[in-house]
Amino acid sequence: MAEEKEKKKEFIHSKIWEEIPEPDNPFAAAACYCSGYDVYGDLLGKISWIEYLYLLFKLEPPTKDQAKLLEGLAVAIANPGPRDLSVRGAMNGGVGGSTAAACLMAALAPGAGQYGGAREVYLAVKLWNKCGLDLSCWQESVKNYEKDEKLEVWPEMEHPPGFDPHGASCATPVKQTLKYLSDISSGSSLEWLQAHRVELESAADSPLAMTGVAAAALIDLEFDAEQAEILFLLLRLPGAAAHALEQKHQGWRKYPFFSDGLVLTNDPGTTKV
Amino acid sequence: MRGSELLTKSEDNWVTDMGAWFGGDRVIFRGKNLFTDLFDKSWMEVLLYGITGREFDQSQMRLWNSLWVLCASFPEPRIWNNRVASLTATAKSTGSLAISATTAVSEATIYGKQADYAAFEFITRANKQIEGGETLENILNVEMKTKRIIPPGFGRPMISVDERIPPVIKLAEELGFDKGAHFKIAVNLDKLLVDKRKKLRLNIAGLAAALAADQGLSPREYYYYVIMAFSAGNLACYQDAVYKPAGAFFPLRCEKVSYQGKPHRKWEI
Repeated sequence: MAEEKEKKKEFIHSKIWEEIPEPDNPFAAAACYCSGYDVYGDLLGKISWIEYLYLLFKLEPPTKDQAKLLEGLAVAIANPGPRDLSVRGAMNGGVGGSTAAACLMAALAPGAGQYGGAREVYLAVKLWNKCGLDLSCWQESVKNYEKDEKLEVWPEMEHPPGFDPHGASCATPVKQTLKYLSDISSGSSLEWLQAHRVELESAADSPLAMTGVAAAALIDLEFDAEQAEILFLLLRLPGAAAHALEQKHQGWRKYPFFSDGLVLTNDPGTTKV
Repeated sequence: MRGSELLTKSEDNWVTDMGAWFGGDRVIFRGKNLFTDLFDKSWMEVLLYGITGREFDQSQMRLWNSLWVLCASFPEPRIWNNRVASLTATAKSTGSLAISATTAVSEATIYGKQADYAAFEFITRANKQIEGGETLENILNVEMKTKRIIPPGFGRPMISVDERIPPVIKLAEELGFDKGAHFKIAVNLDKLLVDKRKKLRLNIAGLAAALAADQGLSPREYYYYVIMAFSAGNLACYQDAVYKPAGAFFPLRCEKVSYQGKPHRKWEI
């Protein structure tokens, strides 16, 4: 007689997503609800991508202002351009004929970093959490910036998050983005950043970077540091994808190799095999 | 319609002989106890055992190890996959992200895993054709004249000579693996290309695939074996850049983007 094993019932617990199975297939969903909204029977055709993105993370629909702010941020960071480290990663995948997913992974790895990447946004949001609209807290924190987390897999942080350590002045697209987002935001962080940008840059001895603007926007949207980090990763992928395919079609011969750019300081010279 | 019978049968029911962890007690890896049966094994021995379910002798293990060392451990940050590791480091991201992304990108067509897989397929197919009475000359002609492709395992971007060929041939000779059928096909095809004054030469993907095929790996087994081969070079590139200032890895000024698209225009609402 076969012994019936009492299997422990395990579940994925979620407030985001509910599925009702098809009557003929327990593994296919007949209806999917996102925070109570029927995605395919109700939202589809009514909701924009940006509104849906907000709903997925916040579990409530955005207001019109919030959707406009998130959309503005998404457009501002959708393509960091082919000189950006994350886009360069993706293009390296493209020129070699790597798979599509590999190209995006090659964008995500540098794009996750503390120099211009998602981890920098995470740290900047943590600064917002710490200092809010207290200018002297900000000035002190960016002048002598140190991460809270000391022992971790992330390398040393060499500059205050949200600022460009190699900048000479605040770049025009950063100023344009900050102006636009602060004009449309119903929050106070972007407006405050716009008002105090110069003082903060003086304290940081570096101009404000797009990561700093993004962090302020995500604070105004009431995202926490983890949400901010993962959204920044996601929202910067479109440009990486497009540039990867463009370079794939152009090929490796038309892509920089820096042939004369490497200097080896400890070459023992040729040895016969 | 097939329906969900397979999924229903598999629900909470993964039947495997690959292995499992029994917390606090043991780990079983393809039927062997990791802490006793595999205690003295090298990492490469465990890797190959995991991939193939077979154990190899010391000569074969030296081959598997040395192929990784000689063929794939370049700490050269300009090569496209390694460059991803350097970019990740200069962005001050993590080592694990660097290696993961670089390993994924290494599945390229002009080099790397897709090229390795194609080289293995070609050399094993060529061997079957030779066994069936075909000539090397005809095999080459079919690839180059009829299919109009470079035979996988031959040719190279950047430079035609592959500096890894001499040390790997030396390795093969030391191990007595220079007598295998696939090895001879690879080397003889190279000689044929030289005789025909072609710029194409045997590359290391072709030679390594031939050596692996002579040891009885299947195409899939060979592919799984080579997946992580670049890791040592990848990590070296990451380390090199992570200890230098952020953004210092071959930064590009705006003028380095040569725009060839549409002229400036306004977005119409």
